[in-house]
Amino acid sequence: MEPFAGTSLTDQALTQGEVLATQWRVKADYAWDTGVAVGRFMAGLKEGKILGVQCSECNRTLIPPRAFCELCFRPINRWVELRDTGVINTFSVSFVNWDATRREIPEVPAVIEIDAASPGMGILHLLGEVGDNLDSVLAKVSIGKKVQAVWKPSEEREGSITDIRYFKLID
Amino acid sequence: MRRALETPKELAFEAAKAALDDAGLTINDIDSVVAVTAPDAFDGVHMNTEYFADGAGAKGKPYMRSYVGGGSGVFGVINGWYHVASGHFDTCLVVAEEKMSSALPHPQGAFNAIYDQFLERPLGVNLLWIFALEMNRYMHTHQVPMETFARVAQKNKRNGMDHPSSQSGISGDFTIQQIMDSEVMAWPVQRLMVSPISDGAGAMVLASEEFVRKRGLSPVWIEGVGWNLDTSYWTDRDLYYPRYVEKAARMAYDMAGVTDPRRDIHVVEPYDPFAYKELHHLEGLQLADKGQAPRLVEEGFWDRDTEVGIPSTPSGGLMGVGNPIAAAGMMKVTEIFWQLQGRAGKRQVKREVRRGLAQAWGDLMQVGTVVILGK
Repeated sequence: MEPFAGTSLTDQALTQGEVLATQWRVKADYAWDTGVAVGRFMAGLKEGKILGVQCSECNRTLIPPRAFCELCFRPINRWVELRDTGVINTFSVSFVNWDATRREIPEVPAVIEIDAASPGMGILHLLGEVGDNLDSVLAKVSIGKKVQAVWKPSEEREGSITDIRYFKLID
Repeated sequence: MRRALETPKELAFEAAKAALDDAGLTINDIDSVVAVTAPDAFDGVHMNTEYFADGAGAKGKPYMRSYVGGGSGVFGVINGWYHVASGHFDTCLVVAEEKMSSALPHPQGAFNAIYDQFLERPLGVNLLWIFALEMNRYMHTHQVPMETFARVAQKNKRNGMDHPSSQSGISGDFTIQQIMDSEVMAWPVQRLMVSPISDGAGAMVLASEEFVRKRGLSPVWIEGVGWNLDTSYWTDRDLYYPRYVEKAARMAYDMAGVTDPRRDIHVVEPYDPFAYKELHHLEGLQLADKGQAPRLVEEGFWDRDTEVGIPSTPSGGLMGVGNPIAAAGMMKVTEIFWQLQGRAGKRQVKREVRRGLAQAWGDLMQVGTVVILGK
């Protein structure tokens, strides 16, 4: 097959004016109300609690909380306090920022299965106190290890997922 | 290509025209148009498919947009199929376009809106995280060595050298060591195991049996289609296995009358934006048992020149050619088309092929789309 149509440009062609270009910047700010279920979850975080919900039909204890069960398709009204401990379901050691620039000190995002929720129910958060380079993180962190939330002091909490600073390893 | 001079309209036109020319048809033969692209945020153009629809030949025709994130390229063909299968149209032109190079500083920024705005975005997310998390869960569950993923990247990058849209630095003959030594982006994901953002377009003409007969065309047939969506509560799923891909595949196999996919599928184009994803998807497609796709890599079962296995991603795929999202899904379907017609040139697989499968995937690791083509 012959090469297909199309004219390849270098990045420099655009940024250094070798071809004409126009630029535009999106101006778009949003404020989302947190809704019924997530709103109550956030209020719990402000009090230093991780809340979950229970479906009365399938009896699953769910996190993140939701106003309805997506399996049974029924409303959920029962709230339960979960533990602030859990187990690492999976993790990464990330050296990349959102804009694709590189970080020297990696972030360690993880899915954490929260204790007292049904098996496999987790949330995304960050691990902390686990080292500042790939080798040190991999030496400490592995799937299946137990972790606990490290909370902001109560006066700094504002009802946000970041009221938990990170999760740290526990014995 | 990494960055095209052509606008989305111009890219769409080049692909649409090439598909029409190949079929020996003109735009007047086209009854309906499906246009496909990923999030508008990449282009910064509201309703991007309507914007480029003139290039897709949609003016004055029944038209729809097809969109399920990364699954869109294959989903567009599914939408086109039911346009024709409904009996409402004799023909449908499906055009998939993506121009990712316009977003500054990097289109990854546009991807961040995929995460939950309350529980995830405040953590400072980036797109690579979800893939890295899924890959780690997969490699941990099945104890897959990193070298196996490097072999997948090596295979696809070699295959991509023979594709008309190959890219220097992306397609190529890399050693396992080069791939293993490439920069760690979000462990376990490394630079040479990620597909590059790209610009591109692809198109396909679908037609009814009656139209094909009347015009004396030599087509391949759409034998099965399937698609499926899993929950957006992705942190509640076990990421080691793509159930939604299995469900999409089973739907397509049922329709095609495929009872034993490992016998009846002769060439496959699974979605491969990351090296591990190819193996993950091959298992979801039931072409290998859970955890067995990596072992089959070592046996050469997925190689283009296999005589006993199922050649996988002979096109080079997203890893070996590039990842212009919607267009990349379309590239997978067109590769199966060329393989079945025996027109894939240097990419033609060694074994005889009568039926092939293309698959794509998208959103929060949620969507599976599958098309089965046969002679």
